Amino acid sequence: MTTPDTLVEVEHLCYAYPSRRSLIGPKPAAALAVDDVSFSIGRGEIVALVGESGSGKSTIGRLLLAMLRPDSGQVRFEGQDVHALGHRASRAHRHNYQMVFQDPYSSLNPRLRVGDAVAEALAITSDLPAADRREVAESLLRRVRLDEEIYDRLPSELSGGQRQRVGIARALAARPKLIVADEALASLDVSIQAQVAQVLRDLNEQEGLSMLFITHDLAMARRLASRIVVLNRGRIVEAGATGDVIRAPKDPYTRALIEAVPIADPLRARAKQRERVERLRGQFAAEPHPTTDERTTS
Amino acid sequence: MNRTSAPRTEFVRLPRSSSQPGFLALYWANGAARFGLITLLVILLLVLIGPLFVPFTPEQIDLSLKNQAPSLVHLMGTDELGRDVFARVLDGGRLTILVALIAVGVAITVGVVVGAIAGYFGGWVDNVLMRIADVFYSMPSLFVVILLVALIGPGFASIILAISAFSWMTTARLLRASILSLKKSDFVQAARGLGATDLRLIAAHILPNALAPIFVAATLGIAAAVLTESALSFLGLGFQAPQATWGGLLEEAQRAVISGGQWWRGFFPGVMIFLVILSVNFIGEGLNKAILGRKEHGE
Amino acid sequence: MSTPILEIDRLSIGFAAQNRVLVNEVSLSVQPGSATALVGESGSGKTLSMLAVMGLLPAGISVLSGDVRLDGASLLDLPPKARRRKNGSDIALIPQDAMAALNPTLDVQTQFELVLRTHLRLGGAAAKARTIELLDQVGIPSPTSRLRSYPHEFSGGQRQRVMIALALSCGPKLLIADEPTTALDVTIQQQILDLVARLREELDMTVLWITHDLGVVAGLADRVAVLRHGRLVESGTAEQIFYHPEHPYTRQLLAATPTLFDVEPGTGA
Repeated sequence: MTTPDTLVEVEHLCYAYPSRRSLIGPKPAAALAVDDVSFSIGRGEIVALVGESGSGKSTIGRLLLAMLRPDSGQVRFEGQDVHALGHRASRAHRHNYQMVFQDPYSSLNPRLRVGDAVAEALAITSDLPAADRREVAESLLRRVRLDEEIYDRLPSELSGGQRQRVGIARALAARPKLIVADEALASLDVSIQAQVAQVLRDLNEQEGLSMLFITHDLAMARRLASRIVVLNRGRIVEAGATGDVIRAPKDPYTRALIEAVPIADPLRARAKQRERVERLRGQFAAEPHPTTDERTTS
Repeated sequence: MNRTSAPRTEFVRLPRSSSQPGFLALYWANGAARFGLITLLVILLLVLIGPLFVPFTPEQIDLSLKNQAPSLVHLMGTDELGRDVFARVLDGGRLTILVALIAVGVAITVGVVVGAIAGYFGGWVDNVLMRIADVFYSMPSLFVVILLVALIGPGFASIILAISAFSWMTTARLLRASILSLKKSDFVQAARGLGATDLRLIAAHILPNALAPIFVAATLGIAAAVLTESALSFLGLGFQAPQATWGGLLEEAQRAVISGGQWWRGFFPGVMIFLVILSVNFIGEGLNKAILGRKEHGE
Repeated sequence: MSTPILEIDRLSIGFAAQNRVLVNEVSLSVQPGSATALVGESGSGKTLSMLAVMGLLPAGISVLSGDVRLDGASLLDLPPKARRRKNGSDIALIPQDAMAALNPTLDVQTQFELVLRTHLRLGGAAAKARTIELLDQVGIPSPTSRLRSYPHEFSGGQRQRVMIALALSCGPKLLIADEPTTALDVTIQQQILDLVARLREELDMTVLWITHDLGVVAGLADRVAVLRHGRLVESGTAEQIFYHPEHPYTRQLLAATPTLFDVEPGTGA
């Protein structure tokens, strides 16, 4: 089933966070954060992993990047099981897949000038002589549409969107084949989200960079991804081509996610809302507890 | 105020570049910190270049001038051998401060190494190192220091060893705690994801971000070291006569002050110790506030 | 209509000491019973404007000129104590993060009692009855049994419901909702937004939405004001803003709003 066009294969991945030992009684059975998850990412493809908190989407990202070790199942990167590599080999292999983090305020070293952060990534992952690193780092900053003047600034002097692009430039320095973007747009303003999303799309279209786009936002997933994998509580509930999943969702959870995307059209949005509120009022009259659909996470 | 109308203040992320006061400005805005820094600099200047302007050496005996009260010639009076107290205070201060600095330097080095190893590698290594720190914490330090110096004999090295042996733990603990949290931060994960070695992660990413509280601890450590050295000398376990230190001068002054009423013998070394401790504490507190102040502004 | 319930009149905010202006002559009037949205990116001045209305500007930042009037009376002229009394009674806030806004060491009933006693002088049984009523109103299941629960014992969505109930407790004239759903999962977000919309209708309240996401307020606001770099860019009815945006920046914001449908809003019509 491995074809030259497949970059990453995830097979029957299971992972449970180590549970706390209880003092008395048997060890509580750990709930699976990731439960028998399989999917693949083709070369030059953007796959969106869509789910809410607790869906296991971030855990899958970390398993894929070998930041976590699965309980069972495999992640194969170009056929190589990433968890079967030794410490040294794994370190040498890591540059192939890079992460873009959610929080632009903690993903950059506050004491490192942003250009130096990119240059450091070059120092770690390439044989580039030190003298050439600045030039290459500047070109990477330009690739994410940042002015190279930004090179000598500290992260605290940049906006969230700029920091996020520095994070992307740093990832690109490793010349990765795969970018895992874990809610990389979630903490940005909508208008900035669009700009950063455009940077990601250009990298994909112009350079064939593959991406796993982890998000809770179906609309953004639609903008970027050719395929969507929907997760709920650690399991894949639906997967398929983006258009199919959004136009004809099969799973009720996917439908709920689609319903939740705001409509930027006052009349239609109001009509929809009225419908929902009326439905809720009906429920309210029938049974006095309308929020039983809401999970209790405590 | 009720909770309904209390929004978090941190969500106002202010534009930083031009409006944000720098670290130095924040430090300087603090009156006590300013006082501490100026006082300490003046004292350092005095003990370093002051002796050039004093026409007496610290060990110059002139029995014809013994036990004189402060005058324009002898600013801090003379002792029972006619030695100039001012010259001796300056000379003793140099040694006291030097000992404190070196002892703190040793303690910080040990603390940083232990804390970094414990925090970064965790597991049993962490456990063993932190239990050792606990053991040192739980010993009555002054008593053990006295014992130690009594056993190996007083001297420059033994005094430094004695002081630093009981002052590295705070640094180690502070550093370990910040490393534990930094280790999980995204930028460290990012560097790890690039394939950075452990050494690079520690030296380039973790330590520089964990050092601020260490500087504060080090500054405060100087005060403690000055006190410990003075206590040792006062007990006669420090540097031996005729070498002067502030604690030693106090010890020599005991009888002169009590039975001879020669207040200047004890007053001046005592004031110097007091001023150094006070200013060092003000500086430490000022550094701390300036660091926190910058953190609040979203660094 | 009658006098606006909230009137922001050529309000400028900034660092008085450095003569640096962060919000520049912003005007906005909110009619009673309406829902108005203040939309802008970070740095647009929407949060500062909101804090000015609540009298909670951070140290060093102050109102430079202009006025904020509630029911025709200036809020800026009020002495600090009277100003604070307005918060929670006449003006209430639903914050972004309920977990940070609720006191983690107090149970729900105590937190309500504190507010009800301060503003309405309700105590004991009356406060308890009102608390149960409020919790029921926001859809907390079996509210009587949750009175002694602590904030961490609620799910994120329920916590925000509790927060909304707390905001409603003194019957505010103006409810400010500051991105009240950013900390929540998408499927929960909608429930919370629907809840606020429903309560506004039922209680005939005025709501001021503060958000960076135009898409979210499409169905919630009758009027929209767009802020950028501390200036008012455009304001009008929701229909005007969404169907006939005039300012290029508004169009840009609309284009940036991700959607599941192919007709990009704002570009057509």
